[in-house]
Amino acid sequence: MKTETPDLPLETMELQMGPSHPATHGTIKFNLTLEGERVLACDVEIGYLHRGFAKMCEQATWTQVIPYTDRLNYASPLINNVGYALAVEKLLGVEVPPRCQFIRVIMSELSRIYDHLTCCGMSASELGAITVGFYMIEARELLMRIIEAVTGARLTISYTRIGGVKHDLPHDFAEQTLQSLKKVRRILADCDRLISRNRIFIDRMSGVGVISKDTAISYGLTGPILRSTGVNYDVRKSDPYLVYDQLDFSVPLGTKGDNYDRFVCRILEIEQSTRIVEQALKEIPLGPISLDDPHIVLPEKEKVYNSIEGLMHQFKLIMEGIWVPAGEVYLAVEGGNGELGFYIVSDGGGKPYRVRVRPPCFMAMSAFHEMIKNHMLADIIPTFGMVNMIGGECDR
Amino acid sequence: MAGGRSNDATIYERLQDKILEAGSFRGDETITIRRENLLEIFRLLKDDPKLELNFLTDITAVDYLGKKTPRFEVVYHLHSLSLNRRLRVKVPVSEEDPEVDSLTPLWKGANWLEREVWDMFGIRFQGHPDLRRILMYEQFQGYPLRKDYPVNQRQPLVPEREVEDTFVDGASQHKLLHLKGQFPTKA
Repeated sequence: MKTETPDLPLETMELQMGPSHPATHGTIKFNLTLEGERVLACDVEIGYLHRGFAKMCEQATWTQVIPYTDRLNYASPLINNVGYALAVEKLLGVEVPPRCQFIRVIMSELSRIYDHLTCCGMSASELGAITVGFYMIEARELLMRIIEAVTGARLTISYTRIGGVKHDLPHDFAEQTLQSLKKVRRILADCDRLISRNRIFIDRMSGVGVISKDTAISYGLTGPILRSTGVNYDVRKSDPYLVYDQLDFSVPLGTKGDNYDRFVCRILEIEQSTRIVEQALKEIPLGPISLDDPHIVLPEKEKVYNSIEGLMHQFKLIMEGIWVPAGEVYLAVEGGNGELGFYIVSDGGGKPYRVRVRPPCFMAMSAFHEMIKNHMLADIIPTFGMVNMIGGECDR
Repeated sequence: MAGGRSNDATIYERLQDKILEAGSFRGDETITIRRENLLEIFRLLKDDPKLELNFLTDITAVDYLGKKTPRFEVVYHLHSLSLNRRLRVKVPVSEEDPEVDSLTPLWKGANWLEREVWDMFGIRFQGHPDLRRILMYEQFQGYPLRKDYPVNQRQPLVPEREVEDTFVDGASQHKLLHLKGQFPTKA
């Protein structure tokens, strides 16, 4: 028997997906042009989480900006804190003590693991692998407890200060962290067995959301998305900040530039970050955690209450802010999603004249229509998941 | 920051008369250029084998109201992935005619970055294919990151748009389907 499929007339359909859609973790709207289930065009609308970050920074003192940076990429706020503090320190022309540098590296890497676990776990659970999602949330919780023990908060941590960090690590930090990382490794091994060779997962991820090397560079993509295409660019290697040049780690690269490669890159980066933390814990020196400069770092409370100089320094720093010389610098750190850059301009005063954040997922979302073109409507979910757009950072 | 700033001479030789100012502060190389022939200069920076500034990191602007004339500076950050060096290019733009060439023919990533500068500073990009507001909404009045935009400025309310042509509307002629709100695609 011969079956014929008649050529049905095709009409394109406009579909608005979002801004509040349960499968897109982030407030964003896709204006889609569909032919059946195939995406012909996708216009991405962002800005739903715009809070005027840059404008608010111009009203605050240099130190008061730190809490605002928590709310950029809220999956890895420590990296934002560190990036901003490093940018201001670069403009001041100072370098923090070695112990502080190690603390910042350790906390950044824990955040990176946390960020990747969030991204991979959520993407897996959206594709039906809910077990993996919950396993990764469990691993994330272990790290969250450590971050909480160090900073006193889970999300809005504001841990760095210009010229140092808020306070030192707790006494059992190394022990707790190594134990937790051991557990995280075991959980990841379980997830690997569940998902990495799972037919359904691979079918949904492999060959979807492909972007070529040249297109990725043209769009200014960075982080796991760029590395999944095989471009070896990681800010920690190309412009080593803090003590990354003293630590041994590798940069995982993909080949195809599809969602599966991005997923694998992130999972492998978790292992590398774990290695960095383990090395840093071994090598971390004792010593001060902040600069000994009363014009930058608040004096100890004992000095404030018992000496006139201490009180004056405290008063000047709180009321006027840190005096940052006029000038402008750009400093990039490797965030969870790629190059997180801070371009700051000072006119020589206690307040920033301009703070610009170069958000990695803003660039990634600008390339999203290329990734999804000619794929199915349902492929938006894993592709958007692996871009890992964080509204706070994309919209600022 | 690492990355050699050894062949400064190369940039100066090639651009000579087009550079207004060049220098380095805290290790960041910066050049200031005129806005004329902007696209050609960037093409040179991008394609020159000695520079290979093939990666557009960022485009932003700074408003120097009352501090500098011309008032605005459009700031570009370029990066060479192969040679690992960075360059900041600044282009002064006046308040009366805030317009520069768009870099969209060279980098696709310039599209959204330039839209954001337009949205926040009201600087137009000549030749941009789709210069719309990006973070703000269409009806927004003014440019929020200009220094003369007050931080507590209120915006007029926008009348609610009528929702038409939803899939519950049987009389609709259009195939416009709203998949939003609490749409249960997932348990």
